[in-house]
Amino acid sequence: MELFSGLLLGFQTALTPVNLLYCLIGAFVGTLIGVLPGLGPAATVAMLMPASFVLPPVSSLIMLAGIYYGAQYGGSTTSILVNLPGEASSIVTTLDGYQMALQGRAGVALATAAIGSFFAGTTCTLIIALFAPPLAKVALHFGAPEYFALMVLGLVASVVLARGSLLKAIGMIVLGLLLGLIGQDVNSGTQRYTFGFKELMDGIGFVTVAMGMFGLGEIILNLEREGATQRVVAKITSLMPTREDWKRMIAPILRGTALGSFLGILPGGGALLASFAAYSLEKKVSAHGAEFGRGAIEGVAAPEAANNAGAQASFIPMLTLGIPTSPVMALMIGAMIIQGVQPGPSVMTDQPALFWGVIASMWMGNLFLLVLNLPLIGLWVRLCTVPYHLLYPAILVFCGIGVFSLSNSEFDIHLMALFGVLGYLFAKLECETAPMLLAMILGPLMEEHLRRALILSRGDPMIFLRRPISLGILLVTTLALATAVLPAIRAKREEAFKDE
Amino acid sequence: MTTNGEMKGWRAALAAKDFWSGVVFMAVGTFFVVQSRNYSIGTAMKMGPAYFPTVLGALLALIGLALVVRAMIKPSLAVGRLAYGKVTLITLAIVLFALLLRRTGLIVALVLLVLMSAYASRWFRWTTAALLAAILAAGSSLLFVRLLKLPIPLVGPWFGG
Repeated sequence: MELFSGLLLGFQTALTPVNLLYCLIGAFVGTLIGVLPGLGPAATVAMLMPASFVLPPVSSLIMLAGIYYGAQYGGSTTSILVNLPGEASSIVTTLDGYQMALQGRAGVALATAAIGSFFAGTTCTLIIALFAPPLAKVALHFGAPEYFALMVLGLVASVVLARGSLLKAIGMIVLGLLLGLIGQDVNSGTQRYTFGFKELMDGIGFVTVAMGMFGLGEIILNLEREGATQRVVAKITSLMPTREDWKRMIAPILRGTALGSFLGILPGGGALLASFAAYSLEKKVSAHGAEFGRGAIEGVAAPEAANNAGAQASFIPMLTLGIPTSPVMALMIGAMIIQGVQPGPSVMTDQPALFWGVIASMWMGNLFLLVLNLPLIGLWVRLCTVPYHLLYPAILVFCGIGVFSLSNSEFDIHLMALFGVLGYLFAKLECETAPMLLAMILGPLMEEHLRRALILSRGDPMIFLRRPISLGILLVTTLALATAVLPAIRAKREEAFKDE
Repeated sequence: MTTNGEMKGWRAALAAKDFWSGVVFMAVGTFFVVQSRNYSIGTAMKMGPAYFPTVLGALLALIGLALVVRAMIKPSLAVGRLAYGKVTLITLAIVLFALLLRRTGLIVALVLLVLMSAYASRWFRWTTAALLAAILAAGSSLLFVRLLKLPIPLVGPWFGG
């Protein structure tokens, strides 16, 4: 069985002391930033990227992955204890989690979130191991037209599943594609839109943009909304769920995991949408629906399982197709490229140790999170209370030094400042920056595949419709776009985000 | 000007998020199209460097136009007040950090960055900010300069380093 030999190789890779250490560091740092409000996984992965380049590719990806799913764990802690989501994907957990805390059941809520996350993480690791290899095999036959179609699908889906105005989101994608084209054109060597800056020859670094928009831009936004009150942390008594609690959390965790795994695979879905959708679903199907919003354990179990499943499932398109579905995945792909690993279906055959090692490390990471985080809860509680005004100057320092270290150039710091301002302005205009970053990374790839496809067909654009796989992908794209425009489905889409 | 939904007619349209998003898209799209005229466009079969950006730029400008038109006929939320002061302070702090890094060295640049940016918070106190700056300066010097060996002087040429 290929699955077992693969997983065996994966555990052999993940269980080496060095990789175990980086998995632990990743999970720990992830929880840390999940607990600290105002610092998200995208900004953190971007900040730690320069440091990860000194590591071997496998270790660096294992660590960066740990940060991502660790953040989903940590995010729930602040949601429950201080009624402030540490991560966007934990917003819905505040609804019932904080209510449980007010009723003196904070410990049980934390335990429920941890158990739900662990179950979802374990299941999702298996799902990845089962589905990624066949998907990668299909993708090995992809040519330029298929890749172009796939990227169009990825970008359209990230728009359809995003919240807010469809037109603006499409605009942001086109803007991102254009920004991605800045720099030297691969085919002709022409310098495009560089205005004589030699620093722009290789294009605008996505790490710089991510730090600017998700680091700096977020800080300015948070400062604008800075509240006049300090946080109060709920007390933790018993961590152990009662027998009744166990009975009530099983079904929601199962449903949350299933929904999260499915939504996580879709571009733009990921952890955020998964948690919202799982909460709405649970509210409808649960026998305790009336208790929602007043401390129902189902309202913690389902979204926490779903966001963890969603976070991990988003690795499937990243590892098998080389297509990012979220900004964090886009950063991971960037990390792979810088490490000299060409992302795409060939990763599984060319670098089996890396492919399976990252998958196996996810399970290890989830185990670490479960056994470490509940005993360490006292530490996390204290970190919840770190005031933001002490935190953000430190983030600025790390962003500044981190972005400088990318190529030892002050130019990148100025560029980061510019994208910080842009990130803030786009947030004020309700233009989503996440699809823009995705498009920025895909821009040059899309142009390359489009050119190749049209050389192949001697300039005939019908090539995209004549090749069956490419036609199929484009049909799905059209369908996705159509559903977003149809009023009935549009209303459903708004509803999924409404419980906030 | 900042209240939502109270304004009518063109004044409301000019304050709307949709309107300004549209303006930004139109400006950027047009810029890319115009700038692309300096590069060769080629044909669909053998695309030049200007081909893809021209198509995308035109598309972006059209989306922008659609947003502006929509803002004129359908009321949408106003942009609201912008935190000019905070944006300026944080941005200046970072830009100054970049300018000073190699001139004054890491320590002075970092302390200025921390003090300036911390000033943007309503919870700002000189004492805590100074303490934070000292801790971060010591930690970063150790981590980034001593351990990771980034090519940044701790004390730069301006101070005889």
